[in-house]
Amino acid sequence: MATAVIPSLLRGLTGGKERVRVSGRNLREVIEDLERQFPGIRSQLTEDGELRSSIAVSIDGEIATGGLLEPVGQGSEIHFLPALGGGA
Amino acid sequence: MAEAGTNGHFKVIGTRPIRHDGVDKVTGRAKYGADYSFPGMLYGKVLRSPHAHAIIKSINFDKALKLPGVKAVVTSADLPEAEDKAEQVGEAAMNPRYLSMNILARGKVLYDGHAVAAVAATSPHIAEEALKLIEVDYEVLPPVMRLEDAMKPGAEILLPNLRNKEEGDNPTNVAQHLQFKRGDVEAAFKAADFVVEREFRTETVHQGYIEPHNAVGIYNADGHATIYCSTQGAFDVRSMSAQVLGIPVGKIKVVPAEIGGGFGGKTTIYLEPLAVLLSKKTGRPVKLVMTRAEVLRATGPTSGSKIRVKMGATRDGRITAAQVWMAYEAGAFPGSPVAAGAMTILAPYAIENVLIDAYDVVVNRPKSAAYRAPGATNAAFASETVIDELAEKCGIDPLDMRIMNGAKEGTPQVAGPPYKRIGFIETCEAIKNSEHYRSPLTGKNRGRGVAAGFWFNAGMQSAATVNIHTDGTASVVTGSPDIGGSRASCAMIVAEVLGIPVEDVRPVVTDTDSIGHTDVTGGSRVTFATGMAVYQAAQDAARQLRERAAKVWEKTVDDVELRDGTLYSKGNGVAPMTIRELAKRLARTGGPITGRATVNARGVGPGFAATCIDVEVDPDTGKVQILRCTVAQDAGKAIHPAYVEGQMQGGTAQGIGWALNEEYVYDAQGHLRNTGLLDYRMPTCLDLPMIETIIVEVPNPGHPLGVRGVGEVSIVPPPAAIANAIYRAVGVRMRELPMSPPRLLKAILESGRAYSPSAQEHQAAAAD
Repeated sequence: MATAVIPSLLRGLTGGKERVRVSGRNLREVIEDLERQFPGIRSQLTEDGELRSSIAVSIDGEIATGGLLEPVGQGSEIHFLPALGGGA
Repeated sequence: MAEAGTNGHFKVIGTRPIRHDGVDKVTGRAKYGADYSFPGMLYGKVLRSPHAHAIIKSINFDKALKLPGVKAVVTSADLPEAEDKAEQVGEAAMNPRYLSMNILARGKVLYDGHAVAAVAATSPHIAEEALKLIEVDYEVLPPVMRLEDAMKPGAEILLPNLRNKEEGDNPTNVAQHLQFKRGDVEAAFKAADFVVEREFRTETVHQGYIEPHNAVGIYNADGHATIYCSTQGAFDVRSMSAQVLGIPVGKIKVVPAEIGGGFGGKTTIYLEPLAVLLSKKTGRPVKLVMTRAEVLRATGPTSGSKIRVKMGATRDGRITAAQVWMAYEAGAFPGSPVAAGAMTILAPYAIENVLIDAYDVVVNRPKSAAYRAPGATNAAFASETVIDELAEKCGIDPLDMRIMNGAKEGTPQVAGPPYKRIGFIETCEAIKNSEHYRSPLTGKNRGRGVAAGFWFNAGMQSAATVNIHTDGTASVVTGSPDIGGSRASCAMIVAEVLGIPVEDVRPVVTDTDSIGHTDVTGGSRVTFATGMAVYQAAQDAARQLRERAAKVWEKTVDDVELRDGTLYSKGNGVAPMTIRELAKRLARTGGPITGRATVNARGVGPGFAATCIDVEVDPDTGKVQILRCTVAQDAGKAIHPAYVEGQMQGGTAQGIGWALNEEYVYDAQGHLRNTGLLDYRMPTCLDLPMIETIIVEVPNPGHPLGVRGVGEVSIVPPPAAIANAIYRAVGVRMRELPMSPPRLLKAILESGRAYSPSAQEHQAAAAD
């Protein structure tokens, strides 16, 4: 099982839980598992079958570059973050 | 992964060769966007709104079209209606409809200078005359210039369709609310020995790149378009222009010209679609070049902001809780850097209990664009000033306070993920051990301040090819416009891998048809990510060279080594062969050698900076003189130390300008009043001492050479460092930027003290 850390403003969907145990070999499966546990959360994270463009995902401290197909390991820690642009 | 822990084995990396593009730049041969000229070319000009907020009732350009020499006029009616949804366009998420509405106003103008129409004519003067003949009927609306006004209940609404999740179907000027929460701040504040809560305000500031925006558009009858422009990201210009124009990406080629500064401001588009649109209408190339006033009025500055910070600490200096409320002015359309502000404001520190609320707010100012560590400077001004106050209350040296609370490997970031190897502590220690910090500062009205800053740095996509020429020299081709010396760093990486002189490597920045997709030159990512692609492409070329030598020697590739530009056979009896010798035989051993690599780079290593600044305040005028300034920054590995130092100095200079003088000044009607560089006061060499630099090298384990990225973070600490220095000089805490003479003089007069002897004594004690 991996651990998904739920962003503060989505914790209303998880009954206030910050850290949630999830299963899945990749991000798509993890989000499906989250949706099973907390209906409504998938639409906050994805749109048109892809990660929302406003969201970045960190898996084990590394920003995922593989979208929903990004592999997730047993014991991985997953964070959902705002996507950012750079400056100089 | 990083090999940079032992600097000694590098031969080229870490040296300071002369930049490959230097001769062209100092002799004036380098071709900037405005230098492009084509047969039959027309000149474009843009009609801009004189109002900050108004409904466009009608536009009549009949008279303009009749002016001899005028060939076309375009308005938003000539652009397709873009979708109103967040999409990945180039580097970042953006709304194509808002992007289009910023290029040409649709129905409403939303800031002074908003583009309303564009004209193409046979000369720039005729185009300017034609603008005066365009009749626009406006219904003027009250401007909403400040986030405080925009967030009030019943505020005038800028974008009738804008909604946020919390306000449901109610029209709003608040585009987004973000929150980061960890632990229990209330309980931690109650348990703290000291709690400091302060409110800060910063004004809108511009990147101040010297070269104005420009674009030449050439639309061919076959439906293909070419754009020449000054940009930090040719591929972003291509994708954004395609969105706005409704032209497939594959039918647009963007040629990045030499660039005269960007600092984030040239990561979006303004003139590029207009040049193509006017070219399409006229069948001729069209060039547009902004004036300085247009740059200031109508291109993206960075946000003004309001930030409240509350921090609690124990008597021994441990910061136990931090609560932040922050709102950033996005300008006319959503998309301020408030999320980055929220994720950077406490980033240097390990704090258990955190609550951050961040708001993105639209106001009648130009849409903000990226500016060097976007959002982080505003944020650090607030947090680093509060930490300074806490350090004083705890009786702890301000650098020791930062070191004691500093983030390390494993510390969770504000948004959650733990840091990998970082160099914040080392960066603060570099300042603490510097000759500057250890030297006494004496004299009336003088003070010393320190502050620290964080920037994420970025990875993203890059491509590179390395070509071996028949004389054994090489070229390295990338799609990353060079705004900070990246040509040199790319050439140095190739030279290091192949073992040839850096002068034998020619770096080339090419167009969107000639290299794989390469994301914007931004986020301090080029030497990190494009450098990673270059490193891999050079290794690919090296492998092919070894294969060719193996073929010549009838050996296997594993029997061949490449060292210092020479190929060696591991067996006896075979004379070594230089790359130069082998290169002559490429045609007869299999043809040309091109090393290739593409990356979607992982392993980004964040950057930290710490800055120490001495100031002298004139208590009669409020003018601040910078006496001495030292910046330390963790580069990971400095490929070209002189250019790393240049980035550190440039960022610091911009941070000082932001701190002391720069601001957008609007009148009550929302007209920008300082539209030139005489009134928009950036620092010059007369205002600054030589900025001293200390490069800290804590290798990034995620990069083959240990690179982190160095372009941005040095802008972050100066405003707070100067505010802290001013406090020690004259005893007043400044909580508004800029700390210009009128603001500081007012604060001094209100404080009733010309200068603080106790602050002087405190300073002398700190230096001991």
